[in-house]
Amino acid sequence: MLRYALKRGFSLIISLAVASLVIFFVIEIAPGDPASFMLGINAEPDTVAALRAELGLDQGKLQRYLAWVGGMLQGDFGMSYTYRTPVAGMIADRMWVSLPLALYALTLSTLIAFPAGIYAAARRGKAGDMAVMGATQLGVAVPNFWFAMILVLVFAINLRWFGAGGFAGWDDGIGTALHSLTLPAIALALPQAAILARVMRSALLDILGEDFMRTARAKGLTRRQALWRHGLRNAMIPVLTIIGLQFSFLLAGAIIIEQVFFLPGLGRLVFQAISSRDLIVVESVVMILVFAVITVNFLVDLAYALVDPRLRSRT
Amino acid sequence: MTLLDITNLSLRIGTHEILKEVSLSVEAGEIVAITGESGSGKSMTAFSAMGLLPETATTSGGISLSGTDLLAQSEAQMCDLRGQAIGMVFQEPMTALNPVKTIGDQVMETILIHKALPPDQARARARELLDRVGLPADRFPLGRFPHELSGGQRQRVVIAMAIALRPKLLIADEPTTALDVTTQAQILELLRDLVREFDMGLMIITHDLAVVADLADRIVVMRHGEVVETGATQTLLHNMRHPYTKMLFAASNHQVTLPEPPAPQPLLEVKGAVRDYALPRESLFAKPGHFRAVKDVSFTLYCGERLGLVGESGCGKSTLTRAILGLEPLQSGEIRLDGMKITTTQNPEIRRRMQVVFQDPFGSFNPRHRVERLITEPFYTLTDPPTGSARSDLIAETLRAVGLQPEDSQKYVHQFSGGQRQRIAIARALITRPELILFDEAVSALDVSVRAQILDLLAELCEAYGLSYLFISHDLSVVRTITDRCLVMQKGEIVEAAATEEIFANPKHPYTRALIAAAPQLPELEQGAA
Repeated sequence: MLRYALKRGFSLIISLAVASLVIFFVIEIAPGDPASFMLGINAEPDTVAALRAELGLDQGKLQRYLAWVGGMLQGDFGMSYTYRTPVAGMIADRMWVSLPLALYALTLSTLIAFPAGIYAAARRGKAGDMAVMGATQLGVAVPNFWFAMILVLVFAINLRWFGAGGFAGWDDGIGTALHSLTLPAIALALPQAAILARVMRSALLDILGEDFMRTARAKGLTRRQALWRHGLRNAMIPVLTIIGLQFSFLLAGAIIIEQVFFLPGLGRLVFQAISSRDLIVVESVVMILVFAVITVNFLVDLAYALVDPRLRSRT
Repeated sequence: MTLLDITNLSLRIGTHEILKEVSLSVEAGEIVAITGESGSGKSMTAFSAMGLLPETATTSGGISLSGTDLLAQSEAQMCDLRGQAIGMVFQEPMTALNPVKTIGDQVMETILIHKALPPDQARARARELLDRVGLPADRFPLGRFPHELSGGQRQRVVIAMAIALRPKLLIADEPTTALDVTTQAQILELLRDLVREFDMGLMIITHDLAVVADLADRIVVMRHGEVVETGATQTLLHNMRHPYTKMLFAASNHQVTLPEPPAPQPLLEVKGAVRDYALPRESLFAKPGHFRAVKDVSFTLYCGERLGLVGESGCGKSTLTRAILGLEPLQSGEIRLDGMKITTTQNPEIRRRMQVVFQDPFGSFNPRHRVERLITEPFYTLTDPPTGSARSDLIAETLRAVGLQPEDSQKYVHQFSGGQRQRIAIARALITRPELILFDEAVSALDVSVRAQILDLLAELCEAYGLSYLFISHDLSVVRTITDRCLVMQKGEIVEAAATEEIFANPKHPYTRALIAAAPQLPELEQGAA
């Protein structure tokens, strides 16, 4: 198990190194001069030259890459060109919104999807299954911003249980902060839950047809006992894969929801940075997101091994 | 009182009639074998007794276990009986165990689910059970996972689970079909001992008549959902009344007469063939180890010769076959077909002269192509494939040669039975008039009666086309009748090579002897049936 973890950890580091190279060279080297790109077509030549010097563009490529990576390792992501503040601080502020929101949404999605998927699988072909599958079909088809608007209409404007947008911050306690994240988390979670429930159902149905499920029944387990004791854990592998993908998506893919609810999250930061051509911010946020995705995949890999002993012994 | 009494059991699934008025009984301490070909309803009879039928199934008649009417039991009551009063062992040991739970937990589960013992005692009991089925504690601690065990060992675990609560009745559905002969012999021995020790009734379902004759006290022969004949083993074997029973036994001992092979002239020469597979690296920087699947194998197959290759699973026979076909590279040595060296680069000339027939008649065809297209696939290897009427004549002739009709060329494979599909596979192999055909377990998936027909077909083709082939099989009785000379392979090496009759009459290598001894034999019966 330790060996498996070390191996996965090693490939995590390799992936990060490769990703950083790709991001650096795509953004810094690819067509045109970053400085003149950031300043737009009408920039004065001396302004461009000043920015070039500030960005260190007059130095060698390798040197610049090493400086960038070295800085990141020490938590220094450079200065934002637009806002003139350290990028690290900006990302950290946004992270305090995006990360809890993603985790909140993922928790909700799992809490909805697991029971729904298990219920549907246990009643395959019956009315309950059809109802759940119909609902998930809807959940997959309807975009999350539409859910967001409905939620705002019902719970913020009519019922006044939640605010219509904005983030209360963590200073007033976890309860207040989570309260302001609830509607966006639900809007994010619903489509994800629909997908996850479908995956859960089909994974379980596959497992239900396995020989060892019949063996379990022959031992005297009821259908339900066989499902819980033998089916669920075997069905977790595809489900874990989807959960991993969903987390990565939730972390960065919440731009629209962040816009709808006026949340200062990572998605909005990237969006604004791209519109204002703030390459330093873009580069750093992308690297952070890559880091998050790769780390989540690493954790999913470890979870696989916990679920499946065959992976543990295959070193 | 009779232990298990099935009377006039009929079963329908939807509109499909599966079982018709089936009656049979099993006494305590008795081994009853249910035999018959695929689709005869053997397994469904077993599942009826277990109450594990699909939800759409409707039954009539009666199944009573020591006087309890099983068909009248509620699902909850059946759950109490399963595992406690009736145990079951299945065909596929590789998939019958939950891969994510330890063998100890899985054996204990039978005990715990019925609340027979508290957990600590259940653990001790699981240990005793594994010891009893031949999995000692030093090599097989309770914490082992199924993937760390071989097929035979897994089947022992399944048996331990089934007998954990000493059920009165044990049902075994083809328990050894997926196992090698030597393992099969051990598992059958274990089952027989357990029946004696626990005074259980054993209902064993198998298509293998040699196993039936060897093991059972009583035999039930089924066909199309009906019991056609039943009786005490010795009586039934020596006095078969129903023509189907006679046909079945005759077919499983089917002998063919091969024409005399011509004077030896080398066709396929294998010299010092070595095939290694890389193993996963031990550590990141270590050189990957390798597993030598084929170790310095040399033999020659002569023109017109029918050569057998036998051995148990994992002995390297499939690897060797793939190397001969040029599908995998050799690490050392060489293989030549009529002087031409076989390599993994596609050589149409070699491919035309050497064709293959695989085991699975269902998986080896593209279901969307017509038979015409399927059997003419090898034309890709010809520089000048026949066209127009020459092509259709050749298709018609080839289909006739394998016992099909020229009209069949316009059909799709799903319109054919398993045996007919294997004929199509042979037609595909035959159409380029190859000098050598490789039969890779080509009759292993077929029912005995169909197998007998295919063996007859091969003998006819030998006569008509002077076929040379390499017949790879784990089934010794088939190899015995269909080959002139035989190679015995063990752990990647050929341990014995001699004329087939010589090998069977006078095996020299200990492994060959063990193999022949382990294979269950049909007793000598008066032929003349069917």
